[in-house]
Amino acid sequence: MNALAAPSLRNLPYFGPMLTASVLFFLAPLVVLAVYSFSSPEGASLANYARFANDEFSVSVLIDTIRLGGSVVLGTTLLGLPIALLYWHAGPRIRQWLIFLILLPMLVSNVVRTFAWIVILGRQGLISSTLLYTGLSSTPTNLMYTEFGLILALCQIELPLLLLPIIAVLSRANRSLVDAARMLGAGSWRVLLTVLVPVMLPGLLAGWILVFASACTSYVTQAVIGGARLIYLPQFIYREVGVLFSWPYAAAVAFVLLVSTGVVMLSISALSRHRRLVGHA
Amino acid sequence: MPEVITRHSPGTLRFRASELGYGIFVVVAGLLALVFMVGPVAVGLLMSFTDGQTLQFPPQGWSLKWYAELFDPIASQPIHTAAKNSVQIALWTVAGAVVLAVPASYGIARLGGKAAASIEPLLLAPLVMPSLIYGLSALIAANLVGVSPSRWLVIGGHIAIFGPLMYRATLAVVQQIDPALEQASAMLGAGRFATFRRVTLPLLVPGVLAGSFLVFMQSLDNVSITLFLADPRTTVLPLRMFQMIEESLDVRVAAISGVLIGLSLIVLLAVQYLSPFLKPSR
Repeated sequence: MNALAAPSLRNLPYFGPMLTASVLFFLAPLVVLAVYSFSSPEGASLANYARFANDEFSVSVLIDTIRLGGSVVLGTTLLGLPIALLYWHAGPRIRQWLIFLILLPMLVSNVVRTFAWIVILGRQGLISSTLLYTGLSSTPTNLMYTEFGLILALCQIELPLLLLPIIAVLSRANRSLVDAARMLGAGSWRVLLTVLVPVMLPGLLAGWILVFASACTSYVTQAVIGGARLIYLPQFIYREVGVLFSWPYAAAVAFVLLVSTGVVMLSISALSRHRRLVGHA
Repeated sequence: MPEVITRHSPGTLRFRASELGYGIFVVVAGLLALVFMVGPVAVGLLMSFTDGQTLQFPPQGWSLKWYAELFDPIASQPIHTAAKNSVQIALWTVAGAVVLAVPASYGIARLGGKAAASIEPLLLAPLVMPSLIYGLSALIAANLVGVSPSRWLVIGGHIAIFGPLMYRATLAVVQQIDPALEQASAMLGAGRFATFRRVTLPLLVPGVLAGSFLVFMQSLDNVSITLFLADPRTTVLPLRMFQMIEESLDVRVAAISGVLIGLSLIVLLAVQYLSPFLKPSR
């Protein structure tokens, strides 16, 4: 045994079981999924993918799904930045409470948060009641089963995923960068744009990846708030499996979802490795 | 050249009067965003105390009747079974994750170098895998080898996807352990495994606790994997709630939500107050 092999042999009993489990129960099923997606009655072919690409409806579902993820990324960013700034300017006491407030909705089950949004968006819900009460509307408003309602709900549900990485970055950030900018005469807005945003950027990009992936594949929220009229890829896949029993086609659609979200996530993480963009903080 | 040198003193967090606009923006926009983020949790909690038969918000009157109905052992028996299944599955998942991921994080940390760097991505990959897609692949793969959906398949799927959370939590702790402790143990004649069990493992406890909490919560909340891998008899709480919402908008869902929100609050407050005691000298 050479010197390189020795430590891996000595440590094998410790990491071996998990590695085996990962290969058998994680990697292997994915390979099966990939192979399955190419199967058709006439043997191995691209038929399932061709069927997906040639079907206007399924392509529009794919585009809607990506667009939904993009809208939620944009929405959470607009909502998250003010909270991140509040955190940056706050003292340790308030910071601790801000973290508490961010973790609370995150700890609450996804289904519960989705349920709360039914209560807010429905015909007799909070928004509708408020509009009626203030006289802004004379008829009940129903935001359930609308894309706007779904984006609102997902923005709230995914917001903690965006905030946690940003806050991790801000906690480590060097305050003297801001002081230096101020000494040189930069105003608060200028400091925000030229110092704070670049400092937050690595956290922001990490958060975008999490939010995008989560929003695109949040089956429960999409199904409940979107209803039967708004269909996204996760419901599309589930319908193919559970109702139509066309597994090879479902496998192909799942692969399309995996690859298309993967491409978006990889391009975001490529951005985060871009030195001039994220570098020198 | 900036010609104005400001009178800003480093360290003060006050906004200067000339930049009141920025200060107001941060405070107002920040508070509004916080309300947006936390408000729905409060709405869910308040809804559970409604007197009515519908999800009208704000409710016309208040009562505890939906809680009474939820805790009725006969009328809500399916919900209780689902909750029990959920907790059981989550506990088994935690157990599986501990057994696999805790030694793995130790082994990989001690292995180090190129070998560790090439193995680790595979161990962590499940974290970025959408669980819905994994659920489908696991169903197809299990079907291929003749395993039909069952509670154990669900647990296996949860371990595969959430185990890496445990790995990451304990790895962070392993990397902070002073190598001198393990060397001392070896010099005193303890074998490799004895050192792991008697020296390293006790030091890993905070990481294992944090990991267990993460894995438990994720497993408890998961719908997508369970949706594909569970047999019809194994209903879990989130799935049961999902069905209740889809079928009838049963107001008992509000009471379940109330209970779950209350539990989250208790856990979070406990962590908030206990964390100074749980984190010894680090």
